Amino acid sequence: MSALLELRGVGRTFGALKAVDGVDLAVESGARHALIGPNGAGKSTLFRLISGELAVTSGAVWLSGTDVTKMSQVGRANNGVVQTMQHSSLFLTQTAAQNVALAAQRHRGSARWLLPRRQQKVHARVTELLEAVGLVEASSVVVAALSHGQRRQLEIAVALACEPDLLLMDEPAAGMSLAESAQLTELVRSLPREITVVIVEHDLDIVFALAQRVTVMHLGKVLLTGSPEEVRTSRAVQEAYLGTGNRGDLFDPAPANSGPTQGGPESNVWTQGRPDSGMDGGT
Amino acid sequence: MPVAGLIALGVLILLAAVPLFVAPFQTSMLARMLIFALLAVSLDLLVGVTGLPSLGHAAYFGVGAYAAGLVAKHWTAAAPVPLLAAVGISALAAVATGWLAVRSHGVFFLMLTLAIGELIAQLAASWSGVTGGDNGLSGIPAVEVAGQPLTLVGYVYWYVLLFAVVGFVVIWAVSRSPFGAALRGIRDNEPRMRSLGYSPFRYKLTGFVLAGAVAGLAGGLFASQQFSLVTPADLGFTTSALALLAVAVGGAGSLWGPAIGAALVVLVRDVYGPDLGGHGTLVLGAAFIMAVYVLRNGIAGLAMSRFRRSGRKEDAV
Amino acid sequence: MTGWLAENFVSILNGFAIGSLLFILAVGLSLVFGMLDVLNLGHGALYLIGAYVGYQFTGGVSSWTGFLTALAVAALFGLLAGLILSVATRPLVGRGHLDQALLTLGVALVVAEVISIMFGDDVQNVPAPPGLDDSVQVLGNAYPAYRLALIGVGAVLAIVVWLVIEKTSLGALIRASVSDREMVSCLGVDDRKVKAGVFAFGSMLAAVAGVLGGPVYGARTGLDETVLLLALVVVVIGGLGSVRGALIGALVIGQVESLGRALLPDFASFLLFGALALVLVVAPRGLFGSKVGAA
Repeated sequence: MSALLELRGVGRTFGALKAVDGVDLAVESGARHALIGPNGAGKSTLFRLISGELAVTSGAVWLSGTDVTKMSQVGRANNGVVQTMQHSSLFLTQTAAQNVALAAQRHRGSARWLLPRRQQKVHARVTELLEAVGLVEASSVVVAALSHGQRRQLEIAVALACEPDLLLMDEPAAGMSLAESAQLTELVRSLPREITVVIVEHDLDIVFALAQRVTVMHLGKVLLTGSPEEVRTSRAVQEAYLGTGNRGDLFDPAPANSGPTQGGPESNVWTQGRPDSGMDGGT
Repeated sequence: MPVAGLIALGVLILLAAVPLFVAPFQTSMLARMLIFALLAVSLDLLVGVTGLPSLGHAAYFGVGAYAAGLVAKHWTAAAPVPLLAAVGISALAAVATGWLAVRSHGVFFLMLTLAIGELIAQLAASWSGVTGGDNGLSGIPAVEVAGQPLTLVGYVYWYVLLFAVVGFVVIWAVSRSPFGAALRGIRDNEPRMRSLGYSPFRYKLTGFVLAGAVAGLAGGLFASQQFSLVTPADLGFTTSALALLAVAVGGAGSLWGPAIGAALVVLVRDVYGPDLGGHGTLVLGAAFIMAVYVLRNGIAGLAMSRFRRSGRKEDAV
Repeated sequence: MTGWLAENFVSILNGFAIGSLLFILAVGLSLVFGMLDVLNLGHGALYLIGAYVGYQFTGGVSSWTGFLTALAVAALFGLLAGLILSVATRPLVGRGHLDQALLTLGVALVVAEVISIMFGDDVQNVPAPPGLDDSVQVLGNAYPAYRLALIGVGAVLAIVVWLVIEKTSLGALIRASVSDREMVSCLGVDDRKVKAGVFAFGSMLAAVAGVLGGPVYGARTGLDETVLLLALVVVVIGGLGSVRGALIGALVIGQVESLGRALLPDFASFLLFGALALVLVVAPRGLFGSKVGAA
């Protein structure tokens, strides 16, 4: 089965900085795929490369078996690539319903009509989506007056109104309360299998609750792609996040005249070279 | 909404009744106000609805005026042919210049449209063989309806009123349409519109051409007034600036606000201007400065906030 | 080719003279926009003030005292006007560039009308000072000495401005502000004084340009619009905030206005639009621009 999304050696440099470096990734249709990694790993940049907001400086992006590397963001959006933004990007002077309608009318209505139209289908869809994200009471409220959590919910409604095939969610739970996060998790779980979801999240509870496959990025490269269990137990991933593979080393540096430290034979950054460690250089 | 509709109907009836009760001089002054109001409303489609502040919009007004005048003079003055020419040719001018202008935003767009407007005005001034150069185009025959030239001020007024209403309705309809909603989206957050699958360039260019065409319609009406004279100044920077002033004072985005703002501008310049030695523009410049500091959302903004405070829910503009 | 050059030599020289004047005028506009994000639509009105100051103090008579006094008075007016404008636009900083531009537009209208009231609408002559009001022989052509001097003044100014911008710490501050204004204010530098200074300096240059342009363009109503248009085209082509851009843009437009008009008199307006279109299609931010005007 060919993957819905395929990245082949995708890279993006900004001057001397390699924000994304030789990333290979395949996401199957209908998958729930999480993208995690420490800050600065290049996850948001990778999303922008997939959506087309940013052009790649090397490599290729394939969508459903077609090379879309040269396709513009607008083109990709009309081919089902939809992204929710890390920082809510909405239409501030308009109401929640109008925001969703803008997205819905493009994909289900008649966005090019020059005369006023009733657009029943669009309005029905808008109500449906606002109910799904729990914002239906606020549908006539101007976005500038919505709370942060409400705006994050609206982001999702707007994204869903675009009829995505590939839904890229960039930290959707950022700034949400526990209850709102739970609601979000439920919403993503309930999305139909026709929508493929790739989610960037720091909240690992959400990641492990939703994802079947997880990709870990570090310093612009893919460190590991595997099942959530594989990622959770991988030493390489722990080192990337924490600077060390050994949890014990973080909080318990070896006392001055003790023997080898607990927790493992390898030397580690916390004890090596310390003047009063008393160790014989570790082993 | 029904209340607004009733008010609109009432205003329309009042306006239609004008020639029956008002002296000819004031009637023709009101006709000028209607024309300038149409120009300001067409500019509001760009400035208020799409977020493209243009300082060269009068160019399309002037192109329409010259087109209508030339057609009436050299071919036929039978309505609505000069007006059709005005709309068509100004739309062409808008396409020819808009493709370059709408690639930019904000103040850059302001500068570009200013430059384009001035260049078109210079063209009008130098192409004296066709346009009469700096002296302008004169001797435009009166509009003919059903073979009869309209010479009475009242009939000319009704002609202007009819088409001004048509133009206003067109702009209003576009603003309320899905296309208009997309324009507002582009105004509020253009990058987001791209990620929703809209191509901003196409929408902005279409809006630009529509606004230019309606400005051209206003120009055609301008040329159809009695003893009309179309000069390069009508295309130029000052006219564009005054149109922008009307929008700013009236309240960008509301459509009806700029119409009132335009009436005020014409009132100050043409009615009180002669008392000020023809320097009504001085007052208008001062009004500009005040409007920027004090009237942040224009007259419409003031009216809307009072309306809202009385408990009614209004659509976001 | 040399035959063609010889024929059009005067036009080409004129192009440099106009370009020189345009540079003096446009560099202030470009820097003020680059540093303060304010599009000063009153820039043409400042030139107009300078032109009429030139007329007033020379009284239609060729004299050095008159000319130099005019320059000094215009410079003073310009400095003051720049300071006033920088203060007037400060409360509008949070409200976006459009409001600031509209404010300067209102000021421009008022100034133009006041001048029209004071001096009437006739075209006024501003003669060049003695010694420069003759022609000199340049490569077999007679050419007005004043315009050669104008080219010289423009070149000197270009060098001075370049030295300040590239070689002094003030210049570094200006360049940094053009690049990233917020960052510079985060660095704790009191940029208000620098901004007021740049506004004052830029406005002074515009007024001085009005005096210097007197013997070439005279003084008349409507000159502010013509001049503003040219300055804007120069700045758009050259790129906002770039001194190099203002210079190159000015030289290009100078030639378009002069050589272009001489070769294709019926198409002069098209040439200017064409130059604008060509540059913007190839380089949307202007030739040396680093920022597009934000909304």
